Amino acid sequence: MKEKSILEKYHKVAGRDVVEHLCQLAKPLKGLRVVHVNSTRIGGGVAEILQKMVPLMQELDIDTKWEVITGDSTFYQCTKSFHNAIHGNRVVIPENHFKIYEEINHQAAEAFRDTLKNADIVFIHDAQPAAIINDFPNHKGKWVWRCHMDASHPFRPVWRYLRDYISLYNASVFSIANFVRRLPRPAYLIAPSIDPLHEKNVELDKTEIDEVCSRFKIDKERLMLLQVSRFDRLKDPIGVIQAYKLVQDFMPNIQLVLAGGGATDDPEGELILNEVREAVKDDPNIKILLLPGDAHRTINALQRASDIVLQKSLREGFGLTVTEAMWKKKPVIGGDTGGIRIQVVNHHTGFLVNSPEGAALRIRYLLNNRHILDEMGKKAMSFVRENFLITRQLREYLTLIFALLHGTQERITLG
Amino acid sequence: MKSHRSDIEPFWVKDCALIAIATGKKAQNLRELREYLRDIDTNSIYYHFWGGLLRPRFDDPEYHNDFAIWVAHSLHHISLAERLAIIDPTNFETLEDLRSELINLIEDSLDETEFPKWAKRDDQFEYIRFQLVIFNTNISFGNPYEFSCLLPQVSLGSIFFHFIDSRHRNSNHIDDFRNWLLHFGEEYKNLINRIERIDPYFSSLAKLRHDLSQAFSDCVQGEGY
Repeated sequence: MKEKSILEKYHKVAGRDVVEHLCQLAKPLKGLRVVHVNSTRIGGGVAEILQKMVPLMQELDIDTKWEVITGDSTFYQCTKSFHNAIHGNRVVIPENHFKIYEEINHQAAEAFRDTLKNADIVFIHDAQPAAIINDFPNHKGKWVWRCHMDASHPFRPVWRYLRDYISLYNASVFSIANFVRRLPRPAYLIAPSIDPLHEKNVELDKTEIDEVCSRFKIDKERLMLLQVSRFDRLKDPIGVIQAYKLVQDFMPNIQLVLAGGGATDDPEGELILNEVREAVKDDPNIKILLLPGDAHRTINALQRASDIVLQKSLREGFGLTVTEAMWKKKPVIGGDTGGIRIQVVNHHTGFLVNSPEGAALRIRYLLNNRHILDEMGKKAMSFVRENFLITRQLREYLTLIFALLHGTQERITLG
Repeated sequence: MKSHRSDIEPFWVKDCALIAIATGKKAQNLRELREYLRDIDTNSIYYHFWGGLLRPRFDDPEYHNDFAIWVAHSLHHISLAERLAIIDPTNFETLEDLRSELINLIEDSLDETEFPKWAKRDDQFEYIRFQLVIFNTNISFGNPYEFSCLLPQVSLGSIFFHFIDSRHRNSNHIDDFRNWLLHFGEEYKNLINRIERIDPYFSSLAKLRHDLSQAFSDCVQGEGY
């Protein structure tokens, strides 16, 4: 039997009209040379999106390539510091780290020279390869810096350093308007998305969900609250436990699952994890699950097994875990911050909260009104289908390409 | 009903896609909102009234434009939000007229309050502009029967382009569907009236597509005509 094309697979989940729309939009871009550059092929949100975005663009007859910058441990230390600095943390970066950053970017520029020189459109993702452009002073294609981070309040000394490179780009792209840093060229807005066909998000049968629950000794008779996030102060796991305890006084039949990465390379992560363990004490109805980074199906099953998903962050980027939960028809109780605000709409797809008490109140409300919980879950899924699937993000990338090729005109009429 | 009129050009369906651009202009209170509103490009005003239909945004059943949504949710100024939400942009001849109305309402509210409310630092009103890419679909309709069969399958971008955006493009401020039907003289007068009654503003594009398809379908079946 003939293998289905990738686009065909999206017909069912995203809608035939959406896929047809993409095909029509892409027609004039046939043969265009597009290159994406990031820092990893596996792991992390950017790689996850590119794993699907690149073949989709290829299937639309756009000549799309994907290059990856690699460096030594000092390079990664440096770019990790950039990442933290863009998120507003004060960091100290030794002078030689900047030199190594520039050198690795120069080497990458040499390695990818032919591809980048001939490209019509170059997407450079995040800070790791941002300085490559320095080696292409007379580039003929359009270069775009795609920022996946919240750059609204960066640590200024590091931002000033990076801005010298970023200002060389023809345009930048940020996830939401709140994350934008003022730059000399247009800053486009493209929200992130989830891939409905990724293991994280595909439909699972009941047997698999049950197997995951029994593996972690999750009591199927109890109502289940879930937060999926690394053990980080800004994700407020302690606040989630407080909310759970406030609800437990009224509804003893609940359990809480906190699922996240082991964070063994993150000293603060270890500290927070210990605080969480201390807060849990010996409550058998709170499960702390340390899962490997590739436990996609397990996370998927946990999300599907839960009654309510929490993302009680104190600060958040876009919050794709919220999107993933909503895709599984779960209302989300989320912190009133960042991209959670765009996704969680009070009384419709979940609730925005500002305290453990607020979270507890909303949990009780939903668990006591099952029909409302179910209704909100359905609305949440439909909201994601319309707005946060990869097909929408692809459409916006294609639209952006037209915008880059046609300059600043407000209306671009093709054909 | 199924026949084509050789003297009338078929309706060629176009499609469109929108990309948003940050202007860098942000307001944290009503005064700032008004100051930027005075000279922001009309493209941005258009975006904050209509752009929500083509970009990720929840169809807020209470507030239908970005100004009202922000004033309600971020400034918690409900009375002004209500006044802003009830503005129907289709009632304004030009976007400049719409701008004046917005400024008037905000100024009235500022006159009533001594201390304007402030939004959180990370919850400011962000003025956004857009670029619109318009492209051919190679789909055409020769008569309302063909519309009734195929309209449910056209993209939401096409609905936006022909039913919303057209009101600003066409000198008579009506949508492309009615403009095309007008070529038939009195023949589709009832259908034109039915389409006129479809509210383009207080709805989603999916709902508009459904309502338009229903109107064409009822027309070819002779129901209500």
